[in-house]
Order: sequence, then C-alpha cells, then structure tokens
Amino acid sequence: MPKRNDIKKIMIIGSGPIIIGQAAEFDYAGTQACLALKEEGYEVVLVNSNPATIMTDREIADTVYIEPITLEFVSKILRKERPDALLPTLGGQTGLNMAMELSKIGILEELNVELLGTKLSAIDQAEDRELFKELCERIGEPLCASDIATTVDEAVEIADKIGYPIIVRPAFTMGGTGGGICDTEEELREIVANGLKLSPVTQCLIEESIAGYKEIEYEVMRDSADNAIVVCNMENFDPVGVHTGDSIVFAPSQTLSDNEYQMLRDASLNIIRALKIEGGCNVQLALDPHSYEYRVIEVNPRVSRSSALASKATGYPIAKMSAKIAIGMTLDEIINPVTNKTYAMFEPALDYVVAKIARFPFDKFENGDRHLGTQMKATGEVMAIGRNIEESLLKAVRSLEIGVFHNDLQEAQDADDEILYEKMVKTQDDRLFYVSEAIRRGIPIEEIADLTKIDIFFLDKLLHIVEIEDQLKVNIFEPELLKTAKKNGFSDRQIAKLWNVSPEEVRRRRQENRTIPVYKMVDTCAAEFESSTPYFYSTYEWENESKRSSKEKIIVLGSGPIRIGQGVEFDYATVHCVKALQALGKEAIVINSNPETVSTDFSISDKLYFEPLTFEDVMNIIDLEQPEGVIVQFGGQTAINLAEPLSKAGVKILGTQVEDLDRAEDRDLFEKALQDLEIPQPPGATATNEEEAVANANKIGYPVLIRPSFVLGGRAMEIINNEKDLRDYMNRAVKASPEHPVLVDSYLQGRECEVDAICDGTEVLLPGIMEHIERAGVHSGDSMAVYPPQTFSQEIIDTIVDYTKRLAIGLNCIGMMNIQFVIFEEQVYVIEVNPRASRTVPFLSKVTNIPMAQLATQMILGKNLKDLGYTEGLAETPDMVHVKAPVFSFTKLAKVDSLLGPEMKSTGEAMGSDVTLEKALYKSFEAAKLHMADYGSVLFTVADEDKEETLALAKDFAEIGYSLVATQGTAAFFKENGLYVREVEKLAGGEDEEGTLVEDIRHGRVQAVVNTMGNTRASLTTATDGFRIRQEAISRGIPLFTSLDTVAAILKVMQSRSFTTKNI
Amino acid sequence: MSKRLLILEDGTIFEGESLGANLDVTGELVFNTGMTGYQESITDQSYNGQILTFTYPIVGNYGVNRDDYESIHPTCKAVVVHEAACRPSNWRMQMSFDEFLKAKNIPGITGVDTRAITKIVREHGTMKASLVQARDEVEHQMSQLQATVLPTNQVETSSTTTAYPSPNTGRKVVVVDFGLKHSILRELSKRECNLTVVPYNTSAQEILEMEPDGVMLTNGPGDPTDVPEAIEMIKEIQGKIPIFGICLGHQLFSLANGAKTYKMKFGHRGFNHAVREIATGRIDFTSQNHGYAVSSENLPEDLMITHVEINDDSVEGVRHKHFPAFSVQFHPDAAPGPHDASYLFDDFMDLMDNFKK
Repeated sequence: MPKRNDIKKIMIIGSGPIIIGQAAEFDYAGTQACLALKEEGYEVVLVNSNPATIMTDREIADTVYIEPITLEFVSKILRKERPDALLPTLGGQTGLNMAMELSKIGILEELNVELLGTKLSAIDQAEDRELFKELCERIGEPLCASDIATTVDEAVEIADKIGYPIIVRPAFTMGGTGGGICDTEEELREIVANGLKLSPVTQCLIEESIAGYKEIEYEVMRDSADNAIVVCNMENFDPVGVHTGDSIVFAPSQTLSDNEYQMLRDASLNIIRALKIEGGCNVQLALDPHSYEYRVIEVNPRVSRSSALASKATGYPIAKMSAKIAIGMTLDEIINPVTNKTYAMFEPALDYVVAKIARFPFDKFENGDRHLGTQMKATGEVMAIGRNIEESLLKAVRSLEIGVFHNDLQEAQDADDEILYEKMVKTQDDRLFYVSEAIRRGIPIEEIADLTKIDIFFLDKLLHIVEIEDQLKVNIFEPELLKTAKKNGFSDRQIAKLWNVSPEEVRRRRQENRTIPVYKMVDTCAAEFESSTPYFYSTYEWENESKRSSKEKIIVLGSGPIRIGQGVEFDYATVHCVKALQALGKEAIVINSNPETVSTDFSISDKLYFEPLTFEDVMNIIDLEQPEGVIVQFGGQTAINLAEPLSKAGVKILGTQVEDLDRAEDRDLFEKALQDLEIPQPPGATATNEEEAVANANKIGYPVLIRPSFVLGGRAMEIINNEKDLRDYMNRAVKASPEHPVLVDSYLQGRECEVDAICDGTEVLLPGIMEHIERAGVHSGDSMAVYPPQTFSQEIIDTIVDYTKRLAIGLNCIGMMNIQFVIFEEQVYVIEVNPRASRTVPFLSKVTNIPMAQLATQMILGKNLKDLGYTEGLAETPDMVHVKAPVFSFTKLAKVDSLLGPEMKSTGEAMGSDVTLEKALYKSFEAAKLHMADYGSVLFTVADEDKEETLALAKDFAEIGYSLVATQGTAAFFKENGLYVREVEKLAGGEDEEGTLVEDIRHGRVQAVVNTMGNTRASLTTATDGFRIRQEAISRGIPLFTSLDTVAAILKVMQSRSFTTKNI
Repeated sequence: MSKRLLILEDGTIFEGESLGANLDVTGELVFNTGMTGYQESITDQSYNGQILTFTYPIVGNYGVNRDDYESIHPTCKAVVVHEAACRPSNWRMQMSFDEFLKAKNIPGITGVDTRAITKIVREHGTMKASLVQARDEVEHQMSQLQATVLPTNQVETSSTTTAYPSPNTGRKVVVVDFGLKHSILRELSKRECNLTVVPYNTSAQEILEMEPDGVMLTNGPGDPTDVPEAIEMIKEIQGKIPIFGICLGHQLFSLANGAKTYKMKFGHRGFNHAVREIATGRIDFTSQNHGYAVSSENLPEDLMITHVEINDDSVEGVRHKHFPAFSVQFHPDAAPGPHDASYLFDDFMDLMDNFKK
C-alpha cells in the first residue's frame, strides 16, 4: 500500500534522558524515524527533553520541542501543534508510556490525533502480563507457568502446581532484590517470606524456573498487509537469567539447528501476527538445550535496544522501516536501503559473526552489586564483527575500554580457585574473564559447562583461544601461527605480551609477512547481491573490499561504549564533525564500536568502519585509507588517548597538536602553562607516595581534593578533610607511583562554572558560560547547569572570558576546548582544561544556536572565525534561561550510593528552558523526573556542619506550607530556632526499621528527603544509616537531595508556584 | 591437516585445509546463503554433482543428527567452508560435520575466503571448479578442469531405481523421484498420504495403472531438458490426475506445457527468497535451490503464473488453467528454511479431494 496522504503532520515522542536500559539507541531510532518521515514528505514535530541527542537537532525534525515528557507539557504541545498523528513506538518505554497516558486522558481523541504504528490495544496485550498470557494460550505459544502469591502458603500451593525449581520475584523491589531460585519448599518459604516483606505491595510472582535454558531473541517486523519478517536472531552466551542487555550476545544464533531456528522463527511470527504489530518488535525466547521445549519470555512491541543492535549487526535499518510502515507503506514496496536493489521484504543473511558485550559502570561504582540478573545494569555496549566467534569476541573485548586487550583479566589471574568457582557460578559482569581463566587453569570445559550452563560450543571457542596462547608462548615469531592468532582476533598487544616483545615489533613482523587485515562489507545478503554500503569490518582473509577513493579523506574517531562520564554527548559531537567535513567536500570516515549510536549508522558518514578504538585497529585503517589526518577532539577521552600513539606513528592529528593536548592534561605541564599565562588555579601539587601526599596537603591546607592523574569523570576523586582520611585514601583508592601520581589540590568551596570555547588559533569564541547550581565538590556532570549565569558580576564574567582566551591561545587550541572554573571569594580560578569537545557541547549548541562541533571542525580544517561571520569573545546571550539537569539510574543499581560528590554518577541529562530561572528550573526537574509534591512533609537528616544552612531552607519550606520532619539532632536544632518539626527515630545502625525514618519513607509519609553527609568522613554508623535512607528514598521514587544547593533550587521553584499566607 | 586447493574455471585458486573425505573432485561451483541447515542442504540431491559453498562462515556448529537427512546417500560433490566447527554442540548431535563428510565420502575444504568465492560466482555465474590435494601440478589440474565436461545425467544418479511404498491410510499419492528430499515425503506423510515413490523414468502408463489420487513431481538436480522422458510422462497424465510439482518438478511440468526454461546466472540457493502469491499478495520466505528457471516470456496459454520472486521477478509458481495441476519453484517442504509456504501441501490435498468429487 502506498503511503497515506490523509495525514500531513506527525508528532514523535523521544525517550528523554538517558538511563540504564534506555540509552543512545533511541536517539538512533528516533533520528532514523524523523528522517524517514521527512523523506516521505511529512511534517515532523519532535518532543524530547534530552538535548544531547541528534534527533533534537533542528535539521532532523521540522519543529523540535526540548520540553519535559510529561502529560502537562506534551498536552500543551499537542494543543499548539495539532498534529494529525502521533508515532509512539520509537521513543522507548518513555515514549510509549507517554502515548498511553495521553490516550487515557482522552486528549488524542479530543484533538483527533491518530496513533500510528502498532495499536495501543496491542501494546497493552504485549505488556500486560495477564493479557499476554491469554493471547499466548489462545495461539498455543508456551509461557513460563506462573502466578501471584500474597502469602507464603499461597506461594507453596502455586509451587506445588508448577513443580520445583521455582523462581520467586517480589513485586516492585529495586533491581529485583529479594528474589531467588528455590529447589525445595523450605527454601521457598524462606525467600517468599522475605520477598513479601520487601515488596511494597506484598506480592511475589511464583514462576516456573527455566534456568539453564538458552536465551534466544528474534527481531521481527510486520506491516499492515501482514507481511512479516525476521531481521535477525541472536543467541546469548549467558543462559536465561541474565538480562539480555547485560549478556554477551552473538548474532546470528550459533548452536541452533535449522529445526530449532525455524521453530522459534514460527513462534515469533505467530506472536507478532497475533498482536498485529505494525513496525518493529522484539521477541525473547528460552530454549531447552536438551529438547524442543521452549518458552516465550517476553515481547517488546516497539523498537528497542536489541533492534538497534540487530540493525547494526545486519545493516537492516529497523527504525526507518518501522516509521515507513507506520505511515501505511508495506515491506514489499520499500526498497532495501542497503542493496538499493532489493526490497525491504527481506530476511538478511549474514556471512560474519557479531558479538556484543555490555559495558558496566562498576569501575565507577566500586561498591555496587555486580551480580547480574533480570534488572539491566549496563550503561552501554560494544559490538564487533568478525568471521568467527573468536575474532568477534576478542575484538569486542578490546572495544570495551576497561584496560584489557584480551579475555584476560589480572584480578581473575590473581583469584584463588574458590573465588574462581564462585565467580563462574554467580554471574557477574566479569564472568567471561573468570571462565577464561578457569580454562587456562586446565579446568575441563565439560565441568565449566555443567557449572555455568554456558553452551560447550562457546566454551570450546574460549579453549581455542587459550590453545593459541599456549602455542604462541612456545613458538616465538612463527609467521603461520601469527596469522592464525590474527585470524582468531588476537591483538598485537596480546601477542606481544606472550612473545615478550613490544606491540610495535609484532606489528612490524605482521607487515613483513603481509599479515594485514582486509575489510569486508556488511551488505545484508551475504554477497548474493551487489551492494554499495560503505559499512566495513576488518578480518584476516583473502579479498579486501574496502577500496580507497581518490577523494581527500579525514578519519573521525568515535567515543566507543557509553559509560558514566562519556555518554551520548560525544556521539552528538562526532556526528556533527562528520557533517561539517562533508560540507567542506571531504570524505568523512568514522571508526567506532558502539552499536547504539547515530554515528554508527552507515548512512551518516561516507564510510563506516565498525572497529575497536585501539591503536592497532585504528592504525590498520589508516594504513589502508591514507587520510589527510585524524580528528580526535570529538570522541571523548577515548579518541584523545589515541592522539599520542597515532602521532608517534607519524599520523597527522588535525586541530590542537599532541604537545598542546599534553600541556592541558599533564598536571605539571598544565601548572606551568597556567603560570606562564598568569592564570590562578587552586593551590595543589602532585604526589607519588603517601608521605608526599600528606606533606603536600599540610602545605596546601585541608580540605583537599585528591585524585589520580589522567582520569575521566572524576574517577576515584575524593574530598579529604584530615590526614587520617588522606592516609586511608592513599592506601585504599590508588596505587600511586612515579608513573601514576596523584593530584592533591586545595578544595575551594565556591561556585563552579564551565565554558566551551572554539578557537582558530588567533581568535576565541565563547558560545556561553554555564553556571553550576551545586557548589564545587559535586562533579560538573552531576551538577545542574544554568545558562546564562545568574549570579556572576560583570567583572567575573569578564575575567572568565579573559582567562578562556588566554588559555585557548596559550595552549594553541585549534578546534574546541572546555574549561572548568571555580569562583571563590570573588576570585576566579581554573580547575581544569579539557582540550576537546565536552559533554556540554550539545546543550550549549542548542541553547545558543551555534553549531559548535561543526564550527570547531571548520577551525580544525583551517577556517577562521572571522571569515565565518563570528565575532570573538562571549557570544550574545539570549533572553531565555536554560537549565541542564542530571539524571541518575540509581534505581537500577543495588548497593550504589546516590550521595553526590566529585565522582560522576549520572547517566543522562534533561533540559528545561523558559523565561525565568524558576520556570526553567521547574521544567528541568520535571524533565529529570524529579517531581516534588506541592504539599506534604520534607524529611531532613543532615550533617552537623550543614545545620545552619539547612535551617534557612527548612524555614522557607515551612513558610510555603510543608511540614518538617527531622532526625533527633536536626530536629532539636530546628526547634531551638522556633520551627515546628516532627522528630523521627534514627536507624542508629539497627536492623530493626520499625518506627524509624525508613518506615516513614517506605509508607509515603514524607514527600522529599534532604540528606547530607558533610565533608568529614562520617562514622561507619552514620555512613551506613545515610546509605540506607537514600536507598529507601530512591527505591520508593521519593525526591532525594544530597546537596543543599539543589534543595535551594527546588525551593525556589516551589516558592514561585505557591502563594504565601500571611496575617495582616 | 593437509592442504587442499579449490581451483576455479576462471583461474582463481584458493588454498585451504582439507576437510571430510580424501579425494579429488570436479563439479559446478555454487553458493548457499542459509545460516543454518547445512545437513539438510548437503543431503539435498539437487546439489548432485555440485561443489557447495556456504556463505555463513562457521559450519558444523550443531553437528549432524539422525533426523535431518534429506537423502540417505547425498551426491553433492564437495563442500567449501570458511571454518568447520571443531566442537559441535546440540542435544540431537550424533557426529561432527567432518565425521559426517568422511562417512558420506564427500571431500571439503576449509579456511578459504568464502565471501570472495561467492562474489566471483555472483559476478561470473556458476562455473566449474576442482577440489584437489595441493600438489605441484596446478597447471595440469587447471587444464583438466577446463577440459572436463560435466555430466548431464544427474537425475538418473539421484533417483531411486526401483519403486517403493511408504504406506499410510489416506490419499494415494505417487511420488516421482527426480532426486527427492525426504521433507517432501514427510509433509505428505504428515497429511496421512499413502505414498508410492517411483523412479524418474516411470511411464505414464505405469502411474495411471496405480490409480493414484495425485502425483507429486519432486525436486532434483540439473537441467530439466535433460529429462525428456519425464516431460512426456507429465503430458500424458495431466488432466487425468491432480499434479503438484516442486523445483525440478515445477520446471518439468512447465516444459510439458510448452514453457521454456533457462539457466540462471548463479541461481537461487538459500532460504530468504521472498515470493509473492499473485492472487492474494501474500509474501512468503521460501527455501530454494535451483540453477534453472521457467521463463516468463512466451508462457503458453494454458499456464498462468501464480508466484513470483519479489526481487528479480522470476517465475516461482504456475498453475494449469484447465487441469488440476500446479507447481512451485521453491520448497514448501522447507528443510532447511522457513515453513511459511507449507500451506501449499494443504492446497494439494484440497485439489485431490475436489477432483475426486
């Protein structure tokens, strides 16, 4: 059927801020969808609260609203825009839930807005457990037997019916806490009793256990004419039980015979036909490894993280096709954009193996619970393509950027057998490394398969890797073996380690024997049809398909997997750099390893290499492509870190030169640069051991800010108040050495701000200054930022502009840099300089309307600001106020402390803009899903040193009608100062929570929690009490504030929304 | 493992390691794009005399089992893979891929760039190739390859030589074996058909004497014009008994009605070929294995095209306008591949029942 002509204007709802489980993949999907709809001639209106997205660029949709995705604001936009239709299935669960809410309140009907794509009734049917059960029963698809129990006896009864082993899942607990597998009634009674206590609705789901089943996914599509296809199937390395987002995944399935493959294909198509899905859909299945028994696990009736992965794994653009299906087109009339010859009614055939490995935040959250289960914990993922399992797996491992270049982890090597076995059985994020280590220790793979239920097929591949390692160790420099190792994905670094030579030596020998990679095309059809997709992966084979063009070309390095501190913002900058290069007539070549992003959409760049961002892998591409140069400024620390080795290898780095990058990043060089430029910084020094650190701290004066050099996102950074804590830190957090010094800085508790600057070598443009709401001490990525600044004097602003200019020119910046300042006692200090695009680039680009990354790219290619019509200095500030608010994923991560500090913890950001600061703040809080009730109780439990400051805030809360609740000390202080306050019991380290403030939080008796810990390392009891309080607030979804500045901000909002009552 | 060479008619030589049986062979080089189903494909008699390249890079992952044979004695000449799995894993597995090839006396080569081979075949069309032990006589082997005339009697070597029954309680169907896949028998047996499988050269007279409710013309290897006796047989039985043809059976049925067939550049081998049923617009993904096709030009009056491949518009199915007879180019019996088109067997049942009435 041709596209519909009765609709003209379509609204798309994005997925909002990035959280665990809903990341960059929806920017990719949304961008594709918007472009597809525009391509078909529709007017597109987009709503998304996340400024760090390509989809919110003006070129992607006709009208873009960066507004909170809440009923209040989306309704307002609907009334204003009056679209003919709404497409809800491309914005993840957020977009879908919003559409459901809009539909429920009747506004869609009222405004005559049609919902496109899969019908809401179908979505309900897929997402509601009972309705889905009914559907599956009707069409004969097997689900796990399950029922809900509200008492222990009920649970036992259900379990008897289903048969043991049994899985218990308490309803609505954080990260599925309290659940477990039970083999006996005794175990069941214990787990259910505990689970019921933990569940706020006193419910547990009692479910048939399919532990040990293989987990298989099918990415399917269907159109309105009932055409249905399987785009890709995938098999998890980890058996059922680990969330597929956290699992290692291979595409296509590896251990399924054709019978099994087709049986599950039939089941998947059966389900989407019964649901009448119109668009993309993900079906998750579990297959018994010993029979044809299978179970349907769940269905996602929309594009998802898996569909982004499947799109990148096959080349088939699921989101784009979903959008076209939504406007009535059918798969047999849409051309497959990969081949440009065949139709989209096509099931891709792969002639390679794809491996996906998740990237976890546990490098940041050292105390986080690393066990994997049904709650996703990964912040991002990497994908790698190879011609066998070993190659794709090892490429994926070295794409992770966790300091390993092989499936070999020092901690696993150091573990004793007991720990090794435990790590194999109790799945954690690093299980692959422990399983590999077990194989190295000679534990038979049969035994490992038995313990882990990982298919022996995969374990044999790990064994094969180990066998090659063993051969390499005894056959130094053997050229045939070198070739074998490379064909199986070994990095030069790993081979060098086994040969005890330098990686350069391995590379040299490789080149001597012509053991160099070729590049194969991803074409959806296993070479059956001619394609011209510029999408390549490396492998060691006979024919190279990537032909160097005669155009002038530039390589842009991407930012790899999304992690805390390096998010989608960098992908945004990468994509803009590509656009600018193309506009200048260059061939833009992207190298990246992240399947979720827009930058790895092959239609974005002129050529895409889906490869690990390591020196070796990048250098191999440079050898082939011979680019004019490489741009490293937009790919975050990942790309910057490659600048030095690439430059040493003779590669031209475009923009700011490596020496100057070093002058910004190396502590001593930076200090010297600042001295030369006469710019003050907080006094500080480096230390290479404990004693030196103590001596320096005494000289500088406490509090000090301490951290290892060369880190991103404030890893292992702490504020320290005394010598004892400092010594503790030096022993606990870092292994300082002359090569890896720690930095000891005076901690100035002032106001922070940051700027992004663009420099052509002689002139400097500051698109804007962003003032942080939270005082110094909270990581800039976790701070709320306001543009333009609200509290700075003209003098301070002038100083900031002056320092920025001096720094940009002084550090020979060509392109972009980011500078963080602290203003303490009206004096401006520079805290740090990042000689690259920062995470604020998309936010600032959007609010200033200056395409910063594109402009910087032009500078890098030798253009100057003046010629492009920009005046140097601070750009003119608009009338609106814009606030960027951080968004956290604490609900997904058990045992991770939500207390904000110098370590970055947020996963995403949202934006609020309006004419006043209060309105903008309100929107940003709403967009960040930090909704403060209009009335109720605010609970205070704060550190002694914060009491004075808290008093003022509490007074204001009381003034606008909130009740105050506080723990003993705080309450006493409030009372002394004439406030009415209800006192609640502290936990005081006790197990018993009855009558304590935790109960108040759990039962909704407080509407917000203010908890500070102060700068002094608290006693263990206070620390754990605080932690439990915060956990409780997070798991109940109650607004939690750990910085008094944020409290002041929300207070400002609530004040502006309320009326005062005052006697006359 | 010893070295082996795959020598292509165009002069390209690929060196790899040996797999399977140890013998030198020459045949027609083709490729299959399926990502699973190697056991079914290799045992598919339509690959008679052909050297089969798998585009999926790892073959043998789940080993070989007792159930998934499509013939007892496969006649595929050789297999070409990028990598053979060394530790297969599946609950039904009996033996490894390599053990299977040895048991069936099929040689293979592994460790070669199968994507490059596929591209050569795609660009130059199917060609002759030899799979030989690596020796110092490549030029000699090349000239031998060029001189080799590939046989044209593949159907004869694939078909049963004597008739045999596969008894059941339902409709009586005569299955004419041109190199049949067991899956066709499985689908018919599932529908309780009482089967008699007969050799490819069984006469019309003999078939008619059996008084079947229907005749199934099976798949088979090679050029349909090499089997004129079957074409004659079909001419005589059509109209008298309902007919269902699959693959080669479809080509023979079309030829019997005056259609033309032609050799395709590189054929359809895989199971992601989308086929549209013209009457309904329904599209199925089909399992295919054919190097010849029925020409849509000058199609005789008596036939109507029922199915087409959506990408190259090739003829995928025809129906006789007056007689109860139809045929499809693809495999509704799947194995390997999707089950989307299995409804055609039900159509065949209906056709027989309606004809009886």
